[in-house]
Amino acid sequence: MFDPAIMKTIFGRLTLESLPLHEPIVMATFAAVAVGGIALLAAITYFKLWTWLWKEWLTSVDHKKVGIMYMILGTVMLLRGFSDAIMMRAQQAMAFGANEGFLPAHHYDQVFTAHGVIMIFFVAMPFVTGIMNYVIPLQIGARDVSFPFLNNMSFWMTAAGAVIVMMSLFIGEFARTGWLAMPPLSGVAYSPDVGVDYYIWALQIAGVGTLLSGVNLIATIVKMRAPGMSMMKMPIFCWTALCTNVLVVAAFPVLTAVLALLSLDRYIGTAIFTNELGGNPMMYVNLIWIWGHPEVYILILPLFGVFSEVTSTFSGKRLFGYTSMVYATVVITILAYLVWLHHFFTMGSGASVNSFFGITTMVISIPTGAKIFNWLFTMYRGRIRFELPMMWTVAFMITFTIGGMTGVLLAVPPADFVLHNSLFLVAHFHNVIIGGVLFGTFAAINYWFPKAFGFRLNEWWGKLSFWMWVPGFYVAFMPLYVLGLMGVTRRLRHFDDPSLQIWFVIAAIGAAMIAVGIAAFLIQIFVSVRNREALRDTTGDPWNGRTLEWATSSPPPAYNFAFTPIVHDGDAYADMKARGHDRPVTGFRPIHMPSNTGTGVILAGFAVALGFGMIWYIWWLAAASMLGLVATSIIHTFNYKRDYHIPVEEVERIENARTALLVQHKVTTA
Amino acid sequence: MSATHNASGTTADDATRLAFYQLDEHDHPEGGSTMLGFWIYLMSDCLIFACLFAIYGVLGANYAGGPAPKDLFELPLVAINTSMLLLSSITYGFAMLAMERQQVRATQLWLAVTGLFGATFIGIELYEFATLIHEGATPQRSAFLSAFFTLVGTHGLHVTFGLIWLVTLMVQVGKHGLIQANKRRLLCLSMFWHFLDVIWIGVFTFVYLLGMLR
Repeated sequence: MFDPAIMKTIFGRLTLESLPLHEPIVMATFAAVAVGGIALLAAITYFKLWTWLWKEWLTSVDHKKVGIMYMILGTVMLLRGFSDAIMMRAQQAMAFGANEGFLPAHHYDQVFTAHGVIMIFFVAMPFVTGIMNYVIPLQIGARDVSFPFLNNMSFWMTAAGAVIVMMSLFIGEFARTGWLAMPPLSGVAYSPDVGVDYYIWALQIAGVGTLLSGVNLIATIVKMRAPGMSMMKMPIFCWTALCTNVLVVAAFPVLTAVLALLSLDRYIGTAIFTNELGGNPMMYVNLIWIWGHPEVYILILPLFGVFSEVTSTFSGKRLFGYTSMVYATVVITILAYLVWLHHFFTMGSGASVNSFFGITTMVISIPTGAKIFNWLFTMYRGRIRFELPMMWTVAFMITFTIGGMTGVLLAVPPADFVLHNSLFLVAHFHNVIIGGVLFGTFAAINYWFPKAFGFRLNEWWGKLSFWMWVPGFYVAFMPLYVLGLMGVTRRLRHFDDPSLQIWFVIAAIGAAMIAVGIAAFLIQIFVSVRNREALRDTTGDPWNGRTLEWATSSPPPAYNFAFTPIVHDGDAYADMKARGHDRPVTGFRPIHMPSNTGTGVILAGFAVALGFGMIWYIWWLAAASMLGLVATSIIHTFNYKRDYHIPVEEVERIENARTALLVQHKVTTA
Repeated sequence: MSATHNASGTTADDATRLAFYQLDEHDHPEGGSTMLGFWIYLMSDCLIFACLFAIYGVLGANYAGGPAPKDLFELPLVAINTSMLLLSSITYGFAMLAMERQQVRATQLWLAVTGLFGATFIGIELYEFATLIHEGATPQRSAFLSAFFTLVGTHGLHVTFGLIWLVTLMVQVGKHGLIQANKRRLLCLSMFWHFLDVIWIGVFTFVYLLGMLR
C-alpha cells in the first residue's frame, strides 16, 4: 500500500507491530492510563485551570514549587515502579513446577528492569532532589536557589526522562537487561530492539537535569547562606545535601560518558564494550559502578540529614555531635568513591584488589555507625514526641542497621562469591533503600508538608501507612534473605523446587501489605486536603522547629523571608526563639525576584522528541529536535530581563496578614 | 508552643539584644554565583574526558590486527592543529583584555580571530578524520580506533559548541555592548575555551605523542 522506503524515512523502525496490541496486560494498563489521562486533561479544561497551571506551576522558577513538582513526579512514578514490584512478587509466588505464572519471560525481563530503573531514577532521585530543592533555600535563609531558571529546567529534564520510560510501556518495549544494562547483553547483538535505546535516552536526558540541579544546589549552599551562617552553623541537612550534590557532580558525568559509549557501540558499531575487535565489557561494569556506588550515597545522605533534623526537633534538643556528624558525612562522601569494585568481586581481579575494596567497604560502616550513635544520643534524655516523622526515623534506625550489617557480610569477598547476584543481595539493597531512602522520604513528607501547604497531614492514615509499610517491608524482604542463603539467584521467572514456594508466598503477602501502606499514604494526603481547615498551621512552626524554615509562614511567601535573617547559632530559629526576636512588622521593601519562564518546558519537549527520534531511528525528528534544543537555548540567552520586583504594597499585604494570623493564634491559645 | 512565639513583639530580658533580621537589605547583583557554578560544571565535564581518557588508556593498544598509531598519525599535521588551538587561547585572552578596557569593537575583533583559529582547528581535525576513514581506519575497525575517535571527537564537538557560543556572544556584545551580563558570559566562555585547550594538551600528549612511541 505504502512505499516501505518512504515509510522508513518517516517512521524509522516504528511500525504498527510496535504497539503491544497482542499483550492483554499492557493493553489494559494502557486503557486505564488513557482513560485516567483524558479524565485529568478534561477536568483541567473544565475547571479552566490551564492558564493557572502554566503560569503558577509549570513555568515557575520558585524553588518551592519546583520542589513540590519533583515530589509529585516521584509519587506518580512510585505507583508505576510498585506495580512492577507487585507483578514480580505475584509471578514468583505462583510460577512453580507446571505453573508458568502470568508473565511471559519477554515481559518479565522488562518488568524487573523497569522496576529498578524507575525506583532509582524516577522515584528516589526526584524525592531526594525535591526535598533538597524545597528545604535548602529556606534553611539557609535565601530567597531562591542560585540559578532559578536552571532549576526549573532540571526538573523538566527529569520529567522528560520519566515520560520516555513511560512511553516504552505502550510503544515498543523496555530493556530486558537488568537496571544497569550491562554489555554484551545490552549490545546490539543481543538486544537489537528498542528496549536498551529507551533506557539510554531516558537516563541521558534525566541525567542532564540531575547534573545541573547538582551544580545549582552546590552554588546555592556555598554562596547564598544568610549572614552569620558559617559552614559549621549550617543545618545538618544542608551539609548532607552539599555532600550529596558534590557526589552528583562527580558521579553523573561518568554515567553520561558510559551511556554515550554504549550508544556509540549500538548506533555506529564501535568496539568499546564488545567481545570482538579488542573491546572490553568489564570497562562498562567498572565505569557504571564508579557512578553507581556514589549514586546510593547520593540517595541516602540527604535522608541522613532529614533524620538528623527530625531527631533533634522531636527530642527537643540540639543534635548530639554536630561536628562529628559533619565529618562522618564528608568521610562517607570520599569513601563512596573507593568501593565500587565490591559490586563485582567475581570479576576475577585477584585477592589483593578484592581485599582492598572489601576493607574500604567495611570502613564505611564506621562513619555510618557514628551517625546512628549520634541520633541515639540525641534522643537520650530528650523529651521525645512520637509524631509521624519521628516514628519513621525510629523505624529507619532499626531497619537500616540490619541492612548495614548484611552489607558488611556482603563486603567479605569469599562470602560474596557465594551470595553474588543472589536474593540475599536483593534483600540487602531493598533493606537499605526502603529502610533508608523511602522511610526518610516519608519522614520528610510528614515533617515538611505543613510548611509546604499550611496544614498538617492526617495522623490516623499516616499511622496506618506506617504500620503497613514497616512490618510489610520485613514480611516482604526477610524471606528473600533466607532464599538467598539457600542459593536462589535474582531475576528468575520460574522455579522447579516446590520447597521454595512458601517463602515467595510470604514475600508476596509483604508486598500486599506495602500496597496498603501506599494506598493509606495517598488517602492520608486526600483526607488531609479535605480537612485542611482543622489541620491548619497558623504559626509557621507546628513542630517547635529549630531551623530557619520554621521562622517564616506556612506556606512561605514567594520571597521566603521579607527580611533576610541574621544567624547567630547552629539551630538558628531555636536560638531566635530562646533569646526573643521581634519579627519586623514595618519598614518592608520591594523584593527582587526571578521571573518565570517557559523555556524549561520547551527544552524538555524537544528532549523527549530527540530521544524518541533516536530510539526509533526517525532521523529527521532527531535532527529537528536537536536544532530546536540549540535554537531555544540561544533564543533564551537573548532575554536579558529575567527578574522583577514584588512591590512593597504586596509584601506589606502578605506580611500584615501573617501578623494578624499570629496575633489571632496567640489570643486563641492563651 | 505559643509561649515561644514573639511574633507581636515581646522583648526578652536579654540585655545583649542581637539583630535577627537585616532591615536595610539591597538587591543582590545578578550572577554572583555564576562563576562558581560554571566552574563546577567544567569540572564535571572534565570527568567525562577523564572517563574517555581511561577508556583510551585501557583499549588504546587493542588494534585487533588493524592499524596502530604509528601507521596513522601525522605529527606535523597534529602540531599545526595544536598550534591553532593554542593561538586561539591567546587571542581569546586578547579579547578579554579588550573587554576590560570596554572596547566593543576590539573585543569582537579578537573573538572573531579566536573563532577563525577554532574553525581551522575543527577543519584540520575533520580532514584528519576523513583521511583516516578513507584509509580504512574507521571507528568500527578496532577498540583502539573506537576509543581514539570517541575521545578526539568529543573534544571536537566541544570546540564546535564553543564556536556556536562564541558567535552568539559576538552578536550579543554587538547588540547590548559590554554590559555586566555580557562580561559574565564572556568570562564563562573564556573558562570553557581554555579548559578545552588544557584537554587538548592531554590528547596531544597521551594519544598522539605517546601513541607514536608505542
